[in-house]
Amino acid sequence: MTLLTVENLTKTFATADGPFPVLRGVSLTLAAGESLALTGESGSGKSTLLHLIGGLDRADAGRIVLDGQDIASLDDAGRAALRRGTVGVVFQQFNLIPSLKIADNIAFQARLAGRHDAAWCATLADRMGLTDHLRKYPEQLSGGQQQRVAIARTLAPRPKLVLADEPTGNLDETTAATVMDLMLGLVAETGAGLLMVTHSQALAGRLQRRLHLRAGQVA
Amino acid sequence: MTRVAFAALLSHWGRNPVQLFTLLAGLALATGLWSGVQAINAEARASYDAAASTLDEGRYDRLVARDGAAFGQDVFVTLRRAGWLVSPMLSGDLDGVRLIGIDALTAPAGMGPVTLGGDVNLAAFLTGGNQVFANALTASRLDGVDVLISPDLADHTAVADIGMAQRLLDRAGRIDSLLVLPDQPRDLPPLAQIAPDLTLQPAQGGTDIAGLTDSFHLNLTAFGLLSFAVGIFIVHGAIGLAFEQRRGMVRTLRALGLPLRRLIGLMLAELLVFALVAGVIGVALGYVIAALLLPDVAATLRGLYGADVSGTLQLRPSWWASGLGIAFAGTLLAGGSALWGIARMPLLAAAQPRALAMAAGRRARWQMGAALVLLAVAFVLAFNADGLVTGFALLGTLLIGAALALPPVLNAVLAFASGRARGVTAQWFWADTRQQLPGLSLALMALMLAIAANIGVSTMVSSFRLTFTGFLDQRLASELYVSTDSAEQTAALIAFAESRGVVVLPIQSADVQIAGQPAEVFGTRDHATYRDNWRFLQSTPDAWDATFAGQAVVINEQLARRGALGLGDMVTIGSLTLPVAGIYGDYGNPIGQVVLAEDPFAAQFPNVEARQFGLRVPGEVAAVVTDLTAATGIGAGQTIDQAGIKAVSLAIFERTFTVTTALNILTLAVAGFAILMSLLTLAAMRVPQLAPAWAMGMTRSALGRLELLRAVMLAVLTAALALPLGLALAWVLLAVVNVAAFGWQLPMYLFPLDYARLGGFALLAAVLAAGWPAWRLARTPPGDLLKVFANER
Repeated sequence: MTLLTVENLTKTFATADGPFPVLRGVSLTLAAGESLALTGESGSGKSTLLHLIGGLDRADAGRIVLDGQDIASLDDAGRAALRRGTVGVVFQQFNLIPSLKIADNIAFQARLAGRHDAAWCATLADRMGLTDHLRKYPEQLSGGQQQRVAIARTLAPRPKLVLADEPTGNLDETTAATVMDLMLGLVAETGAGLLMVTHSQALAGRLQRRLHLRAGQVA
Repeated sequence: MTRVAFAALLSHWGRNPVQLFTLLAGLALATGLWSGVQAINAEARASYDAAASTLDEGRYDRLVARDGAAFGQDVFVTLRRAGWLVSPMLSGDLDGVRLIGIDALTAPAGMGPVTLGGDVNLAAFLTGGNQVFANALTASRLDGVDVLISPDLADHTAVADIGMAQRLLDRAGRIDSLLVLPDQPRDLPPLAQIAPDLTLQPAQGGTDIAGLTDSFHLNLTAFGLLSFAVGIFIVHGAIGLAFEQRRGMVRTLRALGLPLRRLIGLMLAELLVFALVAGVIGVALGYVIAALLLPDVAATLRGLYGADVSGTLQLRPSWWASGLGIAFAGTLLAGGSALWGIARMPLLAAAQPRALAMAAGRRARWQMGAALVLLAVAFVLAFNADGLVTGFALLGTLLIGAALALPPVLNAVLAFASGRARGVTAQWFWADTRQQLPGLSLALMALMLAIAANIGVSTMVSSFRLTFTGFLDQRLASELYVSTDSAEQTAALIAFAESRGVVVLPIQSADVQIAGQPAEVFGTRDHATYRDNWRFLQSTPDAWDATFAGQAVVINEQLARRGALGLGDMVTIGSLTLPVAGIYGDYGNPIGQVVLAEDPFAAQFPNVEARQFGLRVPGEVAAVVTDLTAATGIGAGQTIDQAGIKAVSLAIFERTFTVTTALNILTLAVAGFAILMSLLTLAAMRVPQLAPAWAMGMTRSALGRLELLRAVMLAVLTAALALPLGLALAWVLLAVVNVAAFGWQLPMYLFPLDYARLGGFALLAAVLAAGWPAWRLARTPPGDLLKVFANER
């Protein structure tokens, strides 16, 4: 069953040197429960594609149909609802809320979406090895621990699609491997689709499919 | 969703209590200063209203004795029989309360307590049935009389039937004045024929209490607004920093699905909650400030204008509303730009640790442009302002323009110093100071405004003091002042003076209208006292010669301004028309004055007989008074030692500015608080900036010392820039606002020692404010500094 369909997506940014086309007619599909790695050099449009699919930005042209819904037709509030309930995004910079404790950070998006499940959050914390840190604040954790909190937060509302933008880009190799193991395992358990941007060929190789972007087009 | 998101937003303050304290304290202080001043104003105005509803004395013409003394009740009877519609009044002190006796039957309609309340026993009032009317507070001071409570009566004032008042004051058959009702019958016999000892004192709209004190309240309101502006700078800084630090959280909340409108709504609600909390604290604080200052305000108004203001404070709903309203308005003013920035911030904007500095850099250009425009407007207004509104517009554009110009000017000074720095530490110090400037600029603007206000107001007060003291020396040049009861006493006085070689200078005046303005004409004897002591603002070379020759007059500044009279302009007094030869300063007097030579005065006003005299006593005054009393029968109560008058006048003046001085100190304290809070708020952001310097070999204590030095240097630069602003402010107050409010211009004097002392206070405030953050920085654990690098993985 197709979860995501992207057709002829284009996006151009205005720069000091004039318009810069980042995406030039990108198309892809992703089935429910499937995992797809987006690779490519810096500036190839990977992160931009991810942001468009996640409703964080608007495309200039083309279609994005997620879970049967055309994202282009949604207004700001509709796209915010999509981000709350259907999509979960794991950022490279973690983006935790510094003034909330770890337990509250994990539960935060699920609460926003109105789908808070305390038992599931506890399971996520346990699986991520965060049980001893639940009463701490993000600044008291290492980078690897903070990214595990961010992944737990993303999975807490059981999204249908997980988008991950270089989720281990700020971590050392050992920590990155551990975090990836946990993320891939839990995403598979929840049955969510996974679209992950990465520079690492090794990480890309662990996903079911791979799509390489070059200069804003599927290579 | 809303509850969760709101809790997340609020959690920021739990982790940043100093920021929360800054925000609430800044807003509460701003509201407190504002509502304190408003409370004082409201209380004073309410007292005037009560006074006005008690007796509209100032509204009516009066007949008073030429010598100002009381006169017999028979004069009242004579005038009534002749057809004059007059009503007798008597007032005096009864147990520290001003007891006013009126005649309810002849008094103007609506005057006195006979119409005030339903419980008043009119019959008892009219028959003098031992009834006195007063409000509850005043009633508690009156013993031995039957007091009926009239809540609307002013404090310290009681009203009774005149017969009753005469008995209570032990002044049987005497009255102080006769109110002249507006609609008099035609063909009345002239006053000089029926009551030659009385003179008509016209009602003077320009001298009523509310009008006179309006200028005082205007000053207070201006200070309240200035203090509020200083507070708003603090709030603006606190909100700006807090929103800056929450940009990451805002971006995350939006990325996780919180709609932008909901987010803005929640942040607005959050601000309004703070405004409510700080507003309530601020109004309570304002109550305390007002309660502390009100006794001085009451004394000031009583001394200056004779207005009776309650020395106690009541909680009035109007200033609760005003205080909370200003708290909300101030919060929205201070938070509006921050909310606008959040609303316009792109969801995917990259995290920018130096966003504040970068934004400040972008703002610098339009900020300098706005400053130049405002200062240009101020420059134009400086030469064209001719009233209170334009005067305050000038003050506003000058102060705001200067405040906006401060950060760019400081940046230019720092860039200049940076370019000339030798040594790596000095170069880093200047560069780092420039980077700190955006975060500190609002606090420094607040400090500059506070120092400038201090300089401006202290210059005005000190100039007033110097001028006023000189004025007293000039106008009270005679060593002794004597009043006489009769022509016989006057003759005896003159004979005594001649025998002792004492010069007698008669003080005689008549009320007239000149150039459409009410004025007093003085008939003055030619004597060196006037030539030597009086100082003209403008004059012809032979002003006194021409005046004493009866060929010209000299006038005071008030009459010159109100009547648009200049040197050489003609003034008509009765059948005389003479040119103006001089204009003299006449501080504190609301009425126009004309000085005419003695002989033409006598010719124009043959019925005016001098009953007051200034005596130039060559030797000891006390001995002359003793001899005078023994030789002429003039009582000691009819003589006034000049030193006594001066002391009273100076004492009244000194209290006048007690309130403004207190507000000055409070404003400076608030500015010091702004610096402290800004430095504390910035301290957390400083660690990542200082960690590299520490890693490269600078000790933590050296970094702490440099932090202190930086704050002190910025305070010194700010104080140096505040000096010309303060002097400009003083000039506006003296030459524009004072003229518009009071009708006279004050000469401006400079007080370098006062300014140096104020600079010292500002420095002290900066050291105290920077001391704690610098000390904390010097003790930052190495682990915290190392985290900066660890987090950069």
